[in-house]
Amino acid sequence: MSSTTANISHLTSTEQIMKMFKNIFNKITNSMLLPMVGILIFLSLWSIAAQSIHTSLGEFPGPNAVVKQFSSLYDEHVAEQKKAEAFYMRLDKRNAAKLEKNPNYVAKVRAYTGKETFFDQIITSLVTVISGFLVAAIIAIPLGIWMGLSKKLNSAFNPIVQIFKPVSPLAWLPLVTMVVSALYVSDDPLVSKSFLTSMITVSLCSLWPMVINTSIGVSSIDSDLLNVSKVLRLPTHTHIQKIVIPASIPMIFTGMRLSFSVAWMVLIAAEMLAQNPGLGKFVWDEFQNGSSDSLARIMAAVVVIGFIGFLLDRGMLQLQRKVSWDKSSATV
Amino acid sequence: MNSVIEVNDTNKAFLNISQVDMVFPTPTGGFTALKNVNLQIKKGEFISLIGHSGCGKSTVLNIVAGLYQATKGGVLLQNKEVNEPGPERAVVFQNHSLLPWLTAYQNVELAVKQVFKNNMSKGEMKEWIEYNLKLVHMDHAMDKRPDEISGGMKQRVGIARALAMQPEVLLMDEPFGALDALTRAHMQDSLMEIQNELNNTVIMITHDVDEAVLLSDRIVMMTNGPEATIGEILDVKLERPRSRLSLAKDIEYNRLRSEVLTFLYEKQRKVENISSKAVAPNSVPRQRINHN
Repeated sequence: MSSTTANISHLTSTEQIMKMFKNIFNKITNSMLLPMVGILIFLSLWSIAAQSIHTSLGEFPGPNAVVKQFSSLYDEHVAEQKKAEAFYMRLDKRNAAKLEKNPNYVAKVRAYTGKETFFDQIITSLVTVISGFLVAAIIAIPLGIWMGLSKKLNSAFNPIVQIFKPVSPLAWLPLVTMVVSALYVSDDPLVSKSFLTSMITVSLCSLWPMVINTSIGVSSIDSDLLNVSKVLRLPTHTHIQKIVIPASIPMIFTGMRLSFSVAWMVLIAAEMLAQNPGLGKFVWDEFQNGSSDSLARIMAAVVVIGFIGFLLDRGMLQLQRKVSWDKSSATV
Repeated sequence: MNSVIEVNDTNKAFLNISQVDMVFPTPTGGFTALKNVNLQIKKGEFISLIGHSGCGKSTVLNIVAGLYQATKGGVLLQNKEVNEPGPERAVVFQNHSLLPWLTAYQNVELAVKQVFKNNMSKGEMKEWIEYNLKLVHMDHAMDKRPDEISGGMKQRVGIARALAMQPEVLLMDEPFGALDALTRAHMQDSLMEIQNELNNTVIMITHDVDEAVLLSDRIVMMTNGPEATIGEILDVKLERPRSRLSLAKDIEYNRLRSEVLTFLYEKQRKVENISSKAVAPNSVPRQRINHN
């Protein structure tokens, strides 16, 4: 009898180990192997399709051409950085020499005005989209809370929100451009007009998902929690700070994530037309340039735009996980 | 003698629910939930409201809390009219309604900070919060959030939060309704222990006949709605402290229990049957047979 039980327990332990291995294997398959397979299939379909598309700028770029352009974009960036360094060294030398001759000489500092590289343009795009998004958030979240708190305000503003929500950035852009040129007049501008135009367009388009989700979040707070606040006679600001905002944080974040992805999409279009030196302008300039490399460079930009958009969304998700008490709502 | 006179004089009752009607507007006209509800409560009295679902028990409680406004009549607390919610009438809600993003300690702290912001120092507040959590035996889990503790523990924290407001009247809306039977018994014992120490004025809604008899000084039985009102009031003169085990065989306890049961399942059922004429007269005995 005892030997049988020993056998059984032995069996179960090996079975358990097998099960464990199976679980680990499944996890690796799901998180690594299958995405790789998907990407490989996509790449091969892409290269096959690319070979059979002939445009006036040559063959449609396949994955190889795009990778090649990536490295050449990087080389250009390094070369441009070296040029800039050399420029500033020459400038310093000249100023030092002049100071030696004349101690009262006020050194002139000129900015290097070389060509913006692809990587500079990525930075410009990120700065523009983040500032546009922040401006939108500063307006949209308080407005959404306000609308959520009062049914009357909600009825008053909701039609406006619903009408402006579907408007394309391309429709706003001419208006914004003209308004910015008319109002933003300064001899020594802090930021360029093209930056401001793109940023405001981004804000105008990314405002709405945040307003809508915040107001829904606020208006659907559990009535028991509102009763707690009433019994405690919390003053309005404490009520908003201690009850309303924490309770609607999950919905506010949903709105913010929607808005951020809208903002990133809008930005590329806005930069194309406003000539803000970012990724949108890069795509447009390459299109206008029309060299045999242009399509591959645009395709490289497409990949980068997609990848950055993905990273931005993941960043927001991480922020939500950090800030929100409701971890279950912070999922992909 | 004096105290007896005070009780009989409705103007001097600690809490006076006077001729309250409640009509809710509906698309097809007003729905009269309560009709002429009168109840006078002494200081330190433990009152249970019992009745079938939908009889308006919660409506009465919400009117006392100030969350609803009575259509007619009103509520006086120490001769002052109640017309808005306030911490002197703390509510323990049925589903705990703790703020899920705060720990047990912080949930009580929110109440204490609001109620005693002008007359307690920070140290005193901390002491007071911890005292109340200890009272409900939750001092070991002060830093846990609601989703990390059991249903019974959540309800304990809810009670601690209400007690920490030092209310004149404690209102409890089926506080143990969502708990399993064992936890409920445990919570009832805790509540009796707290009540023994603090002697609060309490109005508690319940569905549970045993709970009502065990805990109350008076059981207020409500008729079925619409136009619900107080049907009977039962005095519970069992000696305190009460123990559920020794009471189980107590003659008086069992008499009270059967009176409540009779009210709920005979008198109120009869009213229902008479009002709905579709039921044939001989169906009443048949139902009884089914129950046996």
